Amino acid sequence: MSQSFTPIGQEMPGLDQWDVRHMSQSFTLDGAEVPFTPGQSILEAARNAGIYIPHLCWHPDFPAHGSCKLCVVKVNGRHVSSCATPAAAGIEVKSNSPEIREERKVLLQMLFVEGNHFCPSCEKSGGCELQAQAYDHEIMTPHYTLFYPDRPVDASHPDLLLDFNRCIFCELCVRASRDVDGKSVFALSERGIHKHLVVSSESGRLADTDIDPSDKAANICPVGVILHKRQGFTVPYGQRAYDETPISEQGLPNKETV
Amino acid sequence: MMNAVVKPPRPKLRVATTSLAGCFGCHMSILDIDERLIDLLELVEFDRSPLTDIKHCGPCDIGIIEGGICNSENVHVLREFRANCKTLIAIGACAVNGGLPAQRNHLDLQEILLEIYQAGPVIDLDHARIPDDPELPLPLDKVHPIHEIVRIDYFIPGCPPSGDAIWTFLTELIAGRTPSLPYSQLHFD
Ligand code: SF4
Ligand code: SF4
Ligand code: FES
Repeated sequence: MSQSFTPIGQEMPGLDQWDVRHMSQSFTLDGAEVPFTPGQSILEAARNAGIYIPHLCWHPDFPAHGSCKLCVVKVNGRHVSSCATPAAAGIEVKSNSPEIREERKVLLQMLFVEGNHFCPSCEKSGGCELQAQAYDHEIMTPHYTLFYPDRPVDASHPDLLLDFNRCIFCELCVRASRDVDGKSVFALSERGIHKHLVVSSESGRLADTDIDPSDKAANICPVGVILHKRQGFTVPYGQRAYDETPISEQGLPNKETV
Repeated sequence: MMNAVVKPPRPKLRVATTSLAGCFGCHMSILDIDERLIDLLELVEFDRSPLTDIKHCGPCDIGIIEGGICNSENVHVLREFRANCKTLIAIGACAVNGGLPAQRNHLDLQEILLEIYQAGPVIDLDHARIPDDPELPLPLDKVHPIHEIVRIDYFIPGCPPSGDAIWTFLTELIAGRTPSLPYSQLHFD
C-alpha cells in the first residue's frame, strides 16, 4: 500500500488558504503522521494523505453511514469505524495491523454467508467491491455456515435488474435515490436477519417506480444487486477493475474506478 | 554382496481426488497444469481419483475435493477422505460455498423433482416418475459446502481455479510451506 504523502497546501484539490492554515493538526496512522482539517473523519484524512482504509458503505459523495464496519480501526485501544470517527490531534490509529485485518476478514466472511454470493454467475464479478475486499484480505473461504436466504429477484423493469441475493445493506442506493435523485425508490425494511431492501411502489416492483437507468441510485451499488440489463458481459471476466489490481491500490482520490 | 549406500528415493506423496456435487471442471483445471503434470508425478502418486479409477480412498497425504454435498453418497465419500487424508483441500466454488448446485437451496426438493421428472414440457407423461432405484443415493434437501460437514485444511476458490493457481498451491504445499496465492491467481469466478 502506498504511504506517500501530499505536501500540505500542494496538489490538494478543494483546499483554500483557510484550510491549509488549519491543517497544522495531525494524528498517527500505523506510525505515519497524517494531517487533518477539523471535522474530517479518520478515513477521509487518511485518504487525503494517500493511505487507503478499506470501506464498503462509505462513499465520497455522501455523509458517513457507519453500517458495514469494514473501515474499523483501533484508536487508543478502542475499535471504531474510521468513516464515522472525527480525526483528533495526537490520537494513535492502527489500521493495517494483524488484529484489525483479521477483524475485517471476519466481517467480510459474515457478509458472504448472510447473502447468496455465487460469484461465477454474477454479472458484477471482477468489478464488485465486496469481492475485491475479499481478494485483498486473502479470503479463501466463507468459513461460517451459509444462510442461503430466499430473496427472489425483480426483473420487472425493462432496463434494470434487481438481484437482492447480493445486497449488503449499505444503503447507498437508498441515499442516492433520496438525496440525489429526489425519488426515494429504495428503502430498507425490518431488522436483524430479516432486514431486506424494498422498492417503494404500491406493487413493490421496480417497473412501477419512476427510476431511470441514468439515476445515481441505478449506478451506485458496490455489489451485483442493481444491474443494467444487456450489459452484464460487455467487459469479459478477467478484464475487470479488480481482476489484476487490488481495490486498495485504486480506491484513493484521483484513482477512483467505475 | 556390496554395501549399498544408495539413498532410497524420497517417497512420493499420495494424493486422492474426487468430484462430489461438481461438474469435473476443477479436475479439468488440474489437467490444465499441462506439462507440469509430469513434474508433479515426480512428487506424487494418485490414490482414489477419476484419473486412476481406484474405488476407495486409502491412507493419503493430500485429499482434493471438488464439489459440494448434495446427496448421501457425497457425505460418505467426504468422510472417507477426511478419515484417510492428512491434509484435505476444498477446490473450486462448489466445494467452497455450494456453488451453482446450491442455487436450488431456496426451492422445495420435492417440487424440483416433480417439475423435472413429472411435469416438465418434454416428459412422456405416461411413463413419468421420479427415479427411485435403491442404488441411487438420496438427495439432501439442501446443498452444503464441504466445510459444514468435515474439517477442511485449505480452500482454493474459483470456478474453476486456474491451472496456475492449482500448480502454485500444490507445489507450495508439497514443499512444506503454507500455501497462498498471488493476487492475480485468486479469483471467485
Ligand atoms: S455481488 Fe460480488 S461477492 Fe456477491 S456474487 Fe456478485 S461478485 Fe460475488
Ligand atoms: S442494493 Fe446495492 S447499494 Fe442498495 S443497499 Fe443493497 S448493496 Fe447497497
Ligand atoms: S465504511 Fe465505515 S462503516 Fe462502512
